[in-house]
Amino acid sequence: MPTDTAVESAEVAGLDALELQPKREKGALGKRVWRSAWPKFLAIAIVLLIWQAAVWSEWKPIYVLPAPATVFTDLGNVITTADFWDGVRVTMTRAFTGFLLAVVIGTIIGALVSQFAPLRAAIGSLITGLQTMPSIMWFPLAILLFQLSESAILFVVVLGAAPSVANGLISGIDYVPRTWLRVGQVLGMRGFAKYRHLILPASLPSFISGLKQGWAFSWRSLMAGELLVIVPGALSIGVRMQQARDLSDSSLVICYIIVVLIIGILIDVLFNTADNALRRRWGLLGS
Amino acid sequence: MSLLQQKTGAVVRLENVSKSYGDLLALDRVSLTVAPGEFVCLLGASGCGKSTLLSLVAGLDGITGGTLDTGGRKVSLMFQEAALFPWLSVRGNVELPLRLQGVSRSERRQRAEELLGIVRLSGFADKRPHELSGGMRQRVALARALAQDADILLMDEPFGALDAMTRDILHDELERIWREQQLTVLFVTHNVREAVRLGDRVILLSSRPGRVIEDYAITHARPRRIDSPEVSGQAAEITDRLRAEVARHAH
Repeated sequence: MPTDTAVESAEVAGLDALELQPKREKGALGKRVWRSAWPKFLAIAIVLLIWQAAVWSEWKPIYVLPAPATVFTDLGNVITTADFWDGVRVTMTRAFTGFLLAVVIGTIIGALVSQFAPLRAAIGSLITGLQTMPSIMWFPLAILLFQLSESAILFVVVLGAAPSVANGLISGIDYVPRTWLRVGQVLGMRGFAKYRHLILPASLPSFISGLKQGWAFSWRSLMAGELLVIVPGALSIGVRMQQARDLSDSSLVICYIIVVLIIGILIDVLFNTADNALRRRWGLLGS
Repeated sequence: MSLLQQKTGAVVRLENVSKSYGDLLALDRVSLTVAPGEFVCLLGASGCGKSTLLSLVAGLDGITGGTLDTGGRKVSLMFQEAALFPWLSVRGNVELPLRLQGVSRSERRQRAEELLGIVRLSGFADKRPHELSGGMRQRVALARALAQDADILLMDEPFGALDAMTRDILHDELERIWREQQLTVLFVTHNVREAVRLGDRVILLSSRPGRVIEDYAITHARPRRIDSPEVSGQAAEITDRLRAEVARHAH
């Protein structure tokens, strides 16, 4: 009965077509960028306005609290020097090495802890405890252990970030939905294949938020470290800021605050992009 | 193949199978044989252990007593949720069982293409699961189950979460695929009409503990319609029996 099959086929195809959502135009790129950008510009404008108002009110002398215009002129001058970019390079190199080391260590610890129940009982809560520990508390010990060296800074950066990375992985593995695990069982996944095809991909979103949080912790630890542990010869952003303070150059101090803020935001944007790309692929975003 | 099966030609054979979880007896001496190519529906109210029964046949769980024999045949199981993996495309999901079996890339691709054709989703291979409707996802899950190349397909209320229209059409689809692929299906549902619409046999289970209380042969000619007088008539009869069973638990 060829006609019957044809009818059935048309029914199925028709139903599929009806149930799929029609595609919607997203609008021009410029418009979309503007829509997401203007609240940020507004926020910056509000901050600048409050700052300028404080200057106008002469709450503090002008050499202590300089006006935004002064600071931004200084900032313009500073970031056009090669010297400044050298400082950024030193700081970012530390940040990336520290973070990468933390990711490797955190991933290994997370994988081990989620694998072995006794380890979990022993270390699981310790990891959470470490996370709440202000990183600056580690510096005295780090300095005693490693003197004023790069290692001292790395030590603290890793201690700051690794627990978040480990926790992200552990909770990702813990909260793999039961139905997926059952599918894995039905498909006969065991051992390595189960990790490769089910557990690891399923825990990816949680792992990425762990990375993001780990980055935030490592960045904070690094800044604290650069102010406290001054390694001779390494003119990092923190050292430059400290020098500006020693010279009572408020404007320059604020410049470096802005630089650190901007770097932090830029990296955060990177993580959010990765996170959003994943969510879109998984269909967790209403697009 | 065991001696028993050579004699009877059964694909699945349960004899006095019991299953208890601690003190709770979920299944009580259930006996059931499924012939090759047969479509058997397991029907019962809540607590009849029909999902438990499927888990046992699928080998996800061990039996407490009796004998369960599938003759070492491959078994595949489908759930109410499609449970497709969101990190894989539709094609990737269908290919996954083949990948686990170590099938080569080109062969995998070809087989997945075939399977998607069988469930009429040929044009959707590169979509993500979330881009599909519930009914389409369930068909991808069916293609994934077929990719396991199993002799026995177990289905645990696979259409329970779908709207009536979609369910109707998927009944036709399942019937067609079952016929074309010569599958043996064990289908769990609490929907009496669905059971009569699809099954060669409808096995009625009692609740708490689960026991086989009736075994209806459904002999209406296929293809059937869920709203045909024959299906409705027999469904009404079975519903009465099911209600009587449910009422027994009133006290």
